[in-house]
Amino acid sequence: MADVALRNVSKRFGTVEAVRELSLTVNDGEFLVLLGPSGAGKTTTLRLITGLERPDAGSVMIDGRDVTHDPPGSRDIAFVFQQYSLYPHLTVYDNLAFPLRSPARRVPEPIIRRRVEQTAELLHIASKLSNRATRLSGGEMQRVAIGRALVRDPSIYLMDEPLSSLDAKLRAELRLELKRIQLELGATILYVTHDQVEAMTMASRIGVIRDGQLLQLGTPREIYENPSSSYVASRLGTPQINFFPASLLSGVPVPPGTETVGIRTEHLRLAARNGGPMVGRVHRVEHLGEQNHVHVDFKGESLVTLADPHQPLHAGQEVELSLVHPLCFDRAGRRIPAMVH
Amino acid sequence: MTAAVAKSALAKSTAHSIVEASPRAKAVASSLVILYAVISILPLLWIGATAFKSQSDAIAYPPKVIFEPTLEGFVNLFTVRTRQTPDFIAKLPPPETWYDKLVRQHDMVIAGPSKVVPRFVNSLIIGFGSTFLAVFLGTLAAYAFSRFRIPLADDLLFFILSTRMMPPVAVAIPIYLMYRQLNLTDTRLGMILLYTAVNVSLAVWLLKGFIDEIPREYEEAALVDGYTRLQALRKVVLPQAVTGIAATAIFCLIFSWNEYAFAVLLTSGEAQTMPPFIPFIIGEGGQDWPAVAAATTLFVVPIVLFTVLLRKHLLRGITFGAVRK
Repeated sequence: MADVALRNVSKRFGTVEAVRELSLTVNDGEFLVLLGPSGAGKTTTLRLITGLERPDAGSVMIDGRDVTHDPPGSRDIAFVFQQYSLYPHLTVYDNLAFPLRSPARRVPEPIIRRRVEQTAELLHIASKLSNRATRLSGGEMQRVAIGRALVRDPSIYLMDEPLSSLDAKLRAELRLELKRIQLELGATILYVTHDQVEAMTMASRIGVIRDGQLLQLGTPREIYENPSSSYVASRLGTPQINFFPASLLSGVPVPPGTETVGIRTEHLRLAARNGGPMVGRVHRVEHLGEQNHVHVDFKGESLVTLADPHQPLHAGQEVELSLVHPLCFDRAGRRIPAMVH
Repeated sequence: MTAAVAKSALAKSTAHSIVEASPRAKAVASSLVILYAVISILPLLWIGATAFKSQSDAIAYPPKVIFEPTLEGFVNLFTVRTRQTPDFIAKLPPPETWYDKLVRQHDMVIAGPSKVVPRFVNSLIIGFGSTFLAVFLGTLAAYAFSRFRIPLADDLLFFILSTRMMPPVAVAIPIYLMYRQLNLTDTRLGMILLYTAVNVSLAVWLLKGFIDEIPREYEEAALVDGYTRLQALRKVVLPQAVTGIAATAIFCLIFSWNEYAFAVLLTSGEAQTMPPFIPFIIGEGGQDWPAVAAATTLFVVPIVLFTVLLRKHLLRGITFGAVRK
């Protein structure tokens, strides 16, 4: 395991700037998640680190060594692709053994057998080793794909949305397993996803990326509680954060320059009318079982928040709104620190 | 769907299914297929039967469907014979072999082997040699076109295809003159090169389609794991392109095996292949149809065998990967 660093890396495909001046360090033993929408440059970033793409500018460092011009095979990286990319002509065993049988590595067969069996055990696919790779369920295929990275002991594991093609239940299961495995092995992982839940649950640190630029880097808690911009704030939290024009808020103290106020569910209290200044009308209540999504109309804007399912709310009802430490953003969407009281 | 499942599905629903054809439609469809198959196979069967007929049975009218089989045609194909007087034949020592005996019944003696074996060997060497070369070069070129950013790739591909756009006759004279200069006329090497050149364009186009279907993540995974490009090609791409390679090889072999125009023009002796050789079997004086039919039957065998051997790969379908798109 080792540190991996990108220094001012840029990559352009034709007219598209996939990655712009990106600098990022993945520390030894860290689970770093790059979070961003599709087309944000996440996959390109991983491909730049592996050497499947050459950067136009900047450098890639592994363990302090500049590997920018090294071929992929000599970088000691394991890559889990978004698609399963198992070799259909090989068995599960041979798929797992494939990276170890690389001519660059020359691992003796008995050691390969041991590594493959250990990995299969770890991923609960030991009983499938003699199956053809095509005779597996989606979840099993994805385990094998992850296993193909885990059989090796590389400086870093790169994972490109490895769970995105799985159904919700399997995704939740593998999420936990991946985190467990990472802790067990002390592995360094750079993981790319557009799924905020994966980012929040697995990451030691999250990097939010958009249009090839790293917007903010920090622990899940930091990113969630202290977003640097309205965009970062909008990436995390369910239901999504509400943005409300500050000019419509009377009687709520906001720092000067505040253009929009970001209101997450924990910033918004709903109560029965008690003569306060902010009165909204419940527009719709969505019952999700363990919680309700409440849509409230307030001064022509719609706010969505969570509510206790036992709270007696119904459409058409008037409610009293109050804000608790909402997030404030300026005209450009930059965060303005709250006033110190 | 298995037949049993299909039946139970039919039994459950009385209404017409959109997916499942009605028994009547199936019967019509299968009889059409059988009719087509019979029409296609009939000439082959006719040739096969003629190969085992005597000369008089072969030209009998109305045609004989039931006849006494004989190997005369094959004996005539493999031998050169001279006509002798019955007196001369009576003076000869008794025939040593069954074919000597067969020939003497027609007042002939065997003078030596015919040229069919060397011609057949030429066909094998030239056919399989050019097929191997075309598929080998085609695979490499198709891989490059499929995977690398090649300047003017589309124009190059069109240029490669354009070599097939004119009839062979159009280039016959230039090629003849060129081959004479290079001393390649009537050589196996010359024919292999020529057929490879013609086939390689087909091979590149067909194989590019197949290789495009194989996701590049496969090789990229191998590259990251420490394999070189060539090793990744051999271990990852080729096993998955087997279907396409088999289909391409069959097309190439069929072309070079059956090619007539260039073979007539460029080969006459040493390197002559079967197609220009077969018409010469007809013989002087009488027309030896059984011998011609025997030659044709033999000529068809390798290609049928080759296709049957590769059939498994052809039927396996093109996309059987484990990659989700």
